[in-house]
Amino acid sequence: MSTKCNIGPLLTLTAAALLSACERPPIEATQTGYRGTGMAHIVNPRAQVADDGYPASLPAMPDSGPRAGDVYQNVQVLGDLSVAQFTRLMTAMTAWVSPEAGCNYCHNPQNLASDDVYTKVVSRRMIEMTRDINEDWSSHVGAAGVNCYTCHRGNNVPEYIWFADANVQSRMATHAGNLRGQNQPVRAVGYSSLPVDSFSTYLTATDAPRARIIPTTVYADGGATIQETEAVYGLMMHVSESVGVNCTFCHNTASFQNWDNSNPARRSAWFGVEMLRALNESYLTPLQGTYPEHRLGPTGDAPKAYCLTCHQGQSKPLGGGDAVSAYPSLAGRP
Amino acid sequence: MAQYQNIFNRIQVDVPAHGGVPIDDTTWPRLLKPRMSRFLGRFGDSQVGPVYLGTTGLISLICGFIAIEIIGLNMLASVNWDFVQFVRQLPWLALEPPGPEYGISIPPLNEGGWWLMAGFFLTTSILLWWVRMYRRARALGLGTHVAWAFAAAIWLYLVLGFLRPLLMGSWSEAVPFGIFPHLDWTAAFSIRYGNLFYNPFHMLSIAFLYGSALLFAMHGATILATGRYGAHREIEQIVDRGTAAERGALFWRWTMGFNATIESIHRWAWWFAVLCPLTGGIGILITGTVVDNWYAWGLEYGLVPPYPGDGLGDPAQGGG
Repeated sequence: MSTKCNIGPLLTLTAAALLSACERPPIEATQTGYRGTGMAHIVNPRAQVADDGYPASLPAMPDSGPRAGDVYQNVQVLGDLSVAQFTRLMTAMTAWVSPEAGCNYCHNPQNLASDDVYTKVVSRRMIEMTRDINEDWSSHVGAAGVNCYTCHRGNNVPEYIWFADANVQSRMATHAGNLRGQNQPVRAVGYSSLPVDSFSTYLTATDAPRARIIPTTVYADGGATIQETEAVYGLMMHVSESVGVNCTFCHNTASFQNWDNSNPARRSAWFGVEMLRALNESYLTPLQGTYPEHRLGPTGDAPKAYCLTCHQGQSKPLGGGDAVSAYPSLAGRP
Repeated sequence: MAQYQNIFNRIQVDVPAHGGVPIDDTTWPRLLKPRMSRFLGRFGDSQVGPVYLGTTGLISLICGFIAIEIIGLNMLASVNWDFVQFVRQLPWLALEPPGPEYGISIPPLNEGGWWLMAGFFLTTSILLWWVRMYRRARALGLGTHVAWAFAAAIWLYLVLGFLRPLLMGSWSEAVPFGIFPHLDWTAAFSIRYGNLFYNPFHMLSIAFLYGSALLFAMHGATILATGRYGAHREIEQIVDRGTAAERGALFWRWTMGFNATIESIHRWAWWFAVLCPLTGGIGILITGTVVDNWYAWGLEYGLVPPYPGDGLGDPAQGGG
């Protein structure tokens, strides 16, 4: 005796469910490290961003005639540009940051020199930050550099910014359900269950602890706790998610710690972390008092930058396109 | 050969259920009137029951229920008692151990106290279940092999959640109760200690794990393949040479020059399975207490292959 049972539909359903998160081949794999180490950069050519919406560069203007700082009032940065160059940059910035609201997003139309619109004070500081990045952080941004569009992408406020997490604290004071700062499905840590706010620990100050937890010695002598390890792991998941790469883009996983076996990309990433610590400390956090309340985070902190702010899923923001040579004043050059 | 002549078959016999062999040493009655389940018969024996609960079984179930309740209600609390979010976020949710600041002291409930309590009840439940397995085997006049195999798994559980944290002087070293969280803990543990793959006891554990799967496949396949010659009639096979078991033995001598016996294959399987958590537990116990970086340990003992790199070194120390 035997019982016939049609399992065809069930198998089809199971296969469909199992394969639903897969991307169809072919994929493009580029070997980036020594053979046998799995160090490869994997890209799905069909998932590439075709157009990042970067506005065409405006025609260059002559560096002749009176200086902007002499003609206009209250020009604290960019005052050494010619009036034509200055106006060109203002026009470009409008397209990068406030294409809809226009000049009045930052300026009081009755008095363009006035600082009474908070966004003007913020954008002045942002210009200084952009110059700092292009002048002092070529170790991370290379020759391509950055401009306002690298983060803003036509938005008044960049889409990807971070605040200290309030949800982490909310269950601490109650009797049960302490999340201990982790176990939430959020993109900031690549949907892992790792701590979601490593940024407050590692990305806010130049003298913050370094994201290093693996000892270089063989035998046990104290060292990082599992909790510190998970925090750094969460930060690394953020890097991976933001840059759109796997661990092996930078690391030889035989030893995540060993620098000699790592790819040059890891060094670039390291300078990126250093850069974020400096930018958040010197530029973004101090603006806390300048912002109106609705721009602040749930714990009242200023919006801050992390890898996703610029990278937005690409190993090089804007596909590695040159962001600064058309606007040399953003690199402190005339 | 018709299927019914082979005792290894898929026929479900529908007869009055059997209550099991009579034994003297029983303090509790056998519960649940035996009945037949056609569905379960597809996977195993179609008879369900009788069940022996016993004192240890009852207390074990109660302790286990308390542990699951503590874990589940904490997870539910962490999503503000929203049942929909509890279901949606369940894979991410966890009951986390205390922070490092508490060492091996007893922390406030919401700072890891719940975790400690859940761990206590879960451990009590597991240990009592072990006692029950040992006692039931003894009551039936069986050997205690199953209980000792279970004890091997309990050893690994105790190392991860109790013994190693005790040696490290901090409950925070233990594993959280949660689906993704315990997996992320495992990955973080390997990263923190410089890659667990270079831990020789981890290697042994993996070898026994994969070896168990291989032996299971070999043995299961051999028995199914020789069933048609009556491999189950072991006594008759001694007299009536050249049939099932001998064909199985000859098959393995043909294909790999050596064969286990019908008895020794089960010792092979038992030891492979038991050694997997035993060696794994040793590997975990000496990680962080003795060895801090298994990659560095592997370098010292010539285990790690040298990979050519750019050799630019650590940028924090001027490299690059």
